[in-house]
Amino acid sequence: MIEVHREICAYCGCCVSVCPEGALELVDAYLDIDMNTCIDCGICVRVCPLGALEAKK
Amino acid sequence: MKREYDVLVVGGGPGGAFAAKTFAEKGHSVLLTEKRPAIGAPVRCAEGVGKALMHEFLKPEDGWVAAEIEKANIIAPDGFTMELEPEKAGSEVGYVLNRKVFDRDLVWMAAGAGADVQVKTRAVSPIMEDGAVKGAILNQGGTTHEVRAGLTIAADGVESKFSRWCGIDTTVPFREIETCAQYLMTGIDIDPNATEFFVGNSIAPGGYVWIFPKGDKTANVGVGVGGDRCKPGSRPVDYLNRFIARKFPNGKTLELIAGGVSVCQPLSCTVANNLMVVGDAARVSDPLTGGGIYAALYTGKLAGDVGSKALEDGDTSTQALMPYDSTWRSSYLGKALERNYQIKEVFIRLSDEDLNAIVHSVSKMNLSDFNTLNLIKNIISANPKLAIKLGKAGLKTLLDSL
Ligand SMILES: Cc1cc2nc3c(=O)[nH]c(=O)nc-3n(C[C@H](O)[C@H](O)[C@H](O)COP(=O)(O)OP(=O)(O)OC[C@H]3O[C@@H](n4cnc5c(N)ncnc54)[C@H](O)[C@@H]3O)c2cc1C
Ligand code: SF4
Ligand code: SF4
Repeated sequence: MIEVHREICAYCGCCVSVCPEGALELVDAYLDIDMNTCIDCGICVRVCPLGALEAKK
Repeated sequence: MKREYDVLVVGGGPGGAFAAKTFAEKGHSVLLTEKRPAIGAPVRCAEGVGKALMHEFLKPEDGWVAAEIEKANIIAPDGFTMELEPEKAGSEVGYVLNRKVFDRDLVWMAAGAGADVQVKTRAVSPIMEDGAVKGAILNQGGTTHEVRAGLTIAADGVESKFSRWCGIDTTVPFREIETCAQYLMTGIDIDPNATEFFVGNSIAPGGYVWIFPKGDKTANVGVGVGGDRCKPGSRPVDYLNRFIARKFPNGKTLELIAGGVSVCQPLSCTVANNLMVVGDAARVSDPLTGGGIYAALYTGKLAGDVGSKALEDGDTSTQALMPYDSTWRSSYLGKALERNYQIKEVFIRLSDEDLNAIVHSVSKMNLSDFNTLNLIKNIISANPKLAIKLGKAGLKTLLDSL
C-alpha cells in the first residue's frame, strides 16, 4: 500500500507522470491514490523529489 | 451556463492558454478549464527561456521578465568554469520569467480574445462516443457536469491523464523523468545576468544544478536528478540542501518548488479523433535541458492553427488532425528534441572524469563556428576514450541525429 505524507508532498505531479497504471491523481492541492488500480510497483515512491511517498506492507 | 463549445482546452499552462487564444482569435467558441484555483501557482519551473524563441511568439511585457541573461557558465565537477558568451551560448541567452505573472497574462490574453475560462474546475473524464472524444466531464466545486466540444485539447502538463483516459499511453518511463527540487532564494551572492549550470555525479546524477537569477541577490536555485538515480537520502531535495549549505549558507528561502520534467521521447502520436495533445502532456519538453515553455507555446499555437482549419472543414478525425503531429515533428522543435534526446542518452552515462574532460576541451575550442555537430566532433576528437565508451552504434545514432 502506498501512503502519501501530505506534510511533505508539494503536489508537483512528478509521481503521477510515471505511474504505469494511472492510479495517482493530483486533485488541485492534494494527491489521490486509487488503491483499486495501484499494483504496488513502487515506482512513484522512487521518483518523488521530496520523499513524500511510502510503501507500506 | 454554456455547456457546448467548439473547443474545450484542458489545462491553463502556456500550452493550453496559447491554444485557447489561437482558437478564439479565429472565431471559435472556447472553454479553457484549469483545475487549480490560480493560474500559474504554485510555479513548477526554473523560468528560463531563450530570447529568440520567446520573441517568435511574444514581446515581453512589464512584469514578465525577472532578469535578462547575457551569458551562461557551465561548471565542471572539478570546479573549472566555462563561460558561454552571448554569441556562443545559443538559446541559453534569454530571460528568466516571473511565471506566475506570465502564465496568468497568457490566459488573460485568451480571455481577451473571447475564450471562456474556469478555474478550480477539473476534467475528470472524457466523453467518448463511437471512438471519438466529444468533450469532457468537469468537476466544479464538487459537482460534475458535461461540457461537449467538437475538439478537445489536452494541455494538462506533466501529470497529464486526459489523453490516457482517451486511450493514449502517456506513462513516462521512470528513468526518463527528471525529478526536481528548487528554492527561490534571496540574499545570495550571484551574477544577476548569468545563468549557471553545475554538472557532476555527486551533485546531480543524470541532471544538473541550476542558478537562474531573478534580480539582485535573488535566484531560482534548483537541482534535477534522473529518476533512476533518486534514492532515499539522495533525492533532489537532499542534493539541493547539500548544494546550498556549501554555496549559499546564508541565503534565505522564499519558496520551495518540486516537479518532474519528462526527458523521454515525445508521444508516438499526438492526435486522436477530436483530440490534440500539446505541451508537456505530449512529452515535448527538451530531453537535455528540461525546458518546455517554448515547446508548449509552439504546440499550443500550432494546435490552434491546424485545429481551426479542421473545424472549418467539418472534419476533426485523427487523419484530419495529423498535419499538427507531422508539422511539429518536422519543425525546428521536433528536430531539436530528437537530437537532444540522443545527446542526453550520452550525457547521463558520463563519469565525472568524462565531464571534466569535455568542459575543459570545449573551453579551448574556437567557437566561432558553434553548432552541435562541430561541438560533438570536437569533443570526441579531444576525448577519444569517450568515443570508445559510446561504441560504434551509440556514435552513429548520435551523429545521425545531428
Ligand atoms: C523544476 C522545473 C524546472 C523547469 N524549468 C524550466 C525552464 O527553466 N525553462 C523552460 O522552458 N521550462 C522549464 N520547465 C518545464 C516547464 O515548466 C513546462 O514545460 C511548461 O510548464 C509546460 O507547459 P504546459 O502548458 O504544457 O503545462 P503546465 O504548465 O504544467 O500546465 C498544465 C496545467 O494543466 C492543469 N491540469 C492538469 N490536469 C488537469 C485536469 N484534469 N483538468 C484541468 N486542469 C488540469 C494543471 O493544473 C496545470 O496548470 C521546468 C519544469 C520543472 C518541473
Ligand atoms: S512526486 Fe512527491 S511531492 Fe510530487 S506530487 Fe508526488 S508525492 Fe507529492
Ligand atoms: S505503486 Fe506503482 S501503481 Fe501504485 S501508485 Fe505508485 S506508481 Fe502507481
